[in-house]
Amino acid sequence: MSEATIAGSAVQGRAHVFPRAPLNRFLLGLVVPGLLLCLWQIACWARLAPDYILPSPLSVAERFRTELHGGTFAEAVGASLSRVLEGFLSGSSAGLAFGLLLGLSRTAENLFGPLFLAYRQIALFAWVPLLSMWFGGGEAGKIAFVSLSCFAPTAVNTWRAIKAIPAKLRELAAVLTFGPLDYVTLIALPGALAGIITGLRASLIYAWIATVGAELFLDIAPGLGGLLNEGRDKFEIDLMLVALAVLSVLGFICARSAAFVEKRLLLRWRLG
Amino acid sequence: MNLPLNPRAVATNAAEAVPALAINHVSKTFQVAGKAVNALRDVSFSVSAGEFVAIVGASGCGKSTLLRLILGLDTDYEGEIRLDGARVRAPGLDRGIVFQEHRLLPWLTAEGNVAAALRRSGLPSAERQRLVAEHLALVGLSSFARAWPAQLSGGMSQRVAIARALVNRPRFLLLDEPLGALDALTRLRLQEELARIVRTESSTALLVTHDVDEAVFLADRIIVLQPNPGRIARILDIDLGPHRDRSAPAFLKLRDEVLASLGVFHSS
Repeated sequence: MSEATIAGSAVQGRAHVFPRAPLNRFLLGLVVPGLLLCLWQIACWARLAPDYILPSPLSVAERFRTELHGGTFAEAVGASLSRVLEGFLSGSSAGLAFGLLLGLSRTAENLFGPLFLAYRQIALFAWVPLLSMWFGGGEAGKIAFVSLSCFAPTAVNTWRAIKAIPAKLRELAAVLTFGPLDYVTLIALPGALAGIITGLRASLIYAWIATVGAELFLDIAPGLGGLLNEGRDKFEIDLMLVALAVLSVLGFICARSAAFVEKRLLLRWRLG
Repeated sequence: MNLPLNPRAVATNAAEAVPALAINHVSKTFQVAGKAVNALRDVSFSVSAGEFVAIVGASGCGKSTLLRLILGLDTDYEGEIRLDGARVRAPGLDRGIVFQEHRLLPWLTAEGNVAAALRRSGLPSAERQRLVAEHLALVGLSSFARAWPAQLSGGMSQRVAIARALVNRPRFLLLDEPLGALDALTRLRLQEELARIVRTESSTALLVTHDVDEAVFLADRIIVLQPNPGRIARILDIDLGPHRDRSAPAFLKLRDEVLASLGVFHSS
């Protein structure tokens, strides 16, 4: 998902090279997925693989319809979304506070910086066993894991963004006899905003990764990860494909909303 | 009673007892790659209230270093700098500065940038609003109060920076090559503006520049600095009155004199 987001923004950056109407570009983006779906459907009609290994797009769509009407589908989506949100809000606000502290205070940076960098070397999923011992495999453990996954991306981006504020603006703050609070509100926060938003967007991606991971590896509970488990246990590949498609769409909507918020916050003064 | 030709000259005489700004035997050494570099050596001069003094010199003669010391951004030097008799120990709102680049905060509008300078003024908000509007009007940008810096031209941005430097009604206006980054035409126009603004605000100003024309056009007195180490080569009084003609023989003669003391060419 992260690669897709980065590639997407790179394309936007070069938009002036190939000027196209937005609708035109949107339709163009549908061509390749449409073709792949057609190929997949043709492959199923041609019986290249048995139906239980590769269900056809039409039967996946049919499964989606039945899940939507009956079943626990809405509950699963709601449960996953709320884990993403709770973990994202708690983890990234802690990360924001920690990043601000490290960026603003040389002492805090010297004290906590090396420890934080060492902590970042630990692969995210290596925390799962420990967290499940501490918080249990239930809801608390899942949220703790999502929260942890959101902490570092926001913290490190905030920290870097504050450190990157030009010395000339710090000098200006000194000349205007700014106190720490004036510096934070008038220079540090707005100056670091772009970096902070980058961190928040990365955290949102991690929140999804961690939510699905927690649902797969911790106790069984309603959620999209739970649906994937269920699909595997019952050998229902169409259910798994529905869950994956929904994850993709939800992630896409999240990333797009974040990009929209970023534009509203930054473009106001960037381009006037 | 006769009207004085230059009212600022009278103010100069009246304030002679305690100069507004006194630089006494200031030397500053930097450590560059383990070697001591003498940026300023034994620089002494004083500026009287209401006077406009220009410091000219080639790059590397310590002009901007001197301004940093006066601002109180750097207190590690020999000698002493006094404002109205008191040692400079830290930056203060009694000194306003215009940097070479406008240094506006891109996330604040023109009026927001000017108002930022009043953050520590302790004034009530109605008074701040009045001062901001008044100073934007002074630099001719009332109709751009709500514009973002990205929407302003270089000259307009620098005017906002001038308004920001003046809004606290500082005792001193420090100008660090304020027009150096502008195109020639805008620079000429802003020189006229600066002359007018300094006259209306009757500020005491210290201008650092490498543009000799600019110095002769604006200053009551020019201090010529020499590089390696930065030291005073010459001090010239500019008795040209408040309205100056850049092509008048007296103007050109003074300009040549300054250029000659900079070693650019010799006037006969």
